Amino acid sequence: MEDAGFILGSYFLTFATVGLFAWRTLRSGRKLADQIPDDDKYWL
Amino acid sequence: MTTIDPARTELQPSEPPPQRRSTGTRATRLVGIGCITAMGWLVAFGLGFSPADRDQKESVRILYVHVPTIWLAYLAFVVTAVSSGLYLLTKKQSLGWDRVAGASAEIGVAFVAVTLAVGSLWGRLTWGVFWQWDARLTTTALLFVTYIGYLAVRRLGGSHQQRAKRSAVLGMIAVIEIPLVHFSVKMWRSLHQEATVANLDGDTKMDGIMLFSLFVGVIAFTFLYVWLMLHRTRAMAMEDMLEDRGLDDALIARRAEAANQQNGAH
Amino acid sequence: MSTWKVACLIAVKDLRVERRSKIVTNQVLPFAGITMVSFAFALDKQNVLDTVAPGLIWLATTFSLLILVQRSFSIETDDGALDAMRVAGIDARAIFLGKAMALAVQLLVLEILLLFAAVVFYGESIQSSGAQGPVLAVVLLVTTLVSATCGLAAVGTLYGGLAAGFKGSETLLPLLTLPAVAPVLIGATKAVESAVGTAGAVVSEGWQWVGLLAVFAVAFGIGGALAFGPLIDE
Repeated sequence: MEDAGFILGSYFLTFATVGLFAWRTLRSGRKLADQIPDDDKYWL
Repeated sequence: MTTIDPARTELQPSEPPPQRRSTGTRATRLVGIGCITAMGWLVAFGLGFSPADRDQKESVRILYVHVPTIWLAYLAFVVTAVSSGLYLLTKKQSLGWDRVAGASAEIGVAFVAVTLAVGSLWGRLTWGVFWQWDARLTTTALLFVTYIGYLAVRRLGGSHQQRAKRSAVLGMIAVIEIPLVHFSVKMWRSLHQEATVANLDGDTKMDGIMLFSLFVGVIAFTFLYVWLMLHRTRAMAMEDMLEDRGLDDALIARRAEAANQQNGAH
Repeated sequence: MSTWKVACLIAVKDLRVERRSKIVTNQVLPFAGITMVSFAFALDKQNVLDTVAPGLIWLATTFSLLILVQRSFSIETDDGALDAMRVAGIDARAIFLGKAMALAVQLLVLEILLLFAAVVFYGESIQSSGAQGPVLAVVLLVTTLVSATCGLAAVGTLYGGLAAGFKGSETLLPLLTLPAVAPVLIGATKAVESAVGTAGAVVSEGWQWVGLLAVFAVAFGIGGALAFGPLIDE
């Protein structure tokens, strides 16, 4: 593939951000969920 | 080899703490599976099955992630504006709308950043330069900074209702601001159009498999948006609950202190 | 009392405070002046200054706007005057308009001085070609100054009120204001370029930019007046 560095780099950049954002969201959710009783969680 | 620290085992409570459940539900898991599947398809089609473009050659593959990320960012900002409006206009002034606006703006800012970075890589390959001062790029950059400001205002402090009102008003001001910025930048660029770089647009005629790859990308990132929003709004609701609880605890402590002082005085 | 009357009273009060404290004359104007001189150091090339002078005037104005707004709201929040005015039942729209008017007057003085600085330091001159001579160019210049100032003052007051009294408002204000005033920076620069004839620009090209500035000023004037109440009510 021509310009593979740029193309793979942009895919990596995109998916790394997706992964990082998703991981941070999940982690903060877990941390907070430990401090809140299940009764207050409106989504359950 | 594992050694058991005696001090640590002593500190363990006799009963395990109750299993608290996080922000995941069956709905988020389903959306998440859909998202991962679509992302897999996107990589397969974007990097594998789709052909190289006649004009842009291989660099067209970047567009299969670039277009979906900017779609996601625009979607996020539109949701922020709409839910800011709903917060202000509905009688209940529900903090739920405020959290939707805030979570959506966070996602939007993150993905505008990615869009700008990936877009400049594409620009380097197609135009020969990382950045071009055209209307779309400049507006996107200013949009990015505007919503960074919005997120900063959300963190100013004060009560939840104060935060919600302030940021909702700012969200509505952005609705006036962004079109003005876009219009002025467009006027600015139209006067001295620089024809030094090829003006290739991503969305000129595309063949079926390219269009399909793009479509897969948009689906994948829409799933991602829904998944992130569900998790993030729930986490933000818990943040608000914890802050409220902290405030309540402080009030109770303060009352107890006052009562003690009164008892001591008598 | 009508909203306008109250607004005028607030504007007069602000200007009186500024006249007595002399902060504007002793600190903001010198700051704008040294900015203009610094540009000359940074852009030390033949003929560059002459070409970019209209933009530099507005850049210096925008930076000074940030200081003026900071100043305009620190006199209110230091002793809770903003809250006191609200408690006294003064319409938030009147506060917004009054503070914006006072800011506009200060900005206008500043801009005129900066224009003179550009004439002296950068060798600018008013366009005097054409049938009417310099008359049209001067009219364009004056309308540009007035409309750009109204827009800048409206945005500055709106975001100044939003950030006022919070920790970190000094750093938040530029972040909010600069992207919002981008249209003014673009429009006013282009209009002044037409008035002084930078790079062959003609006076008639400037009017479309004045139109943009006017739309901007009206949009943020109305939007700001409506939004100011909810922003400072806490």
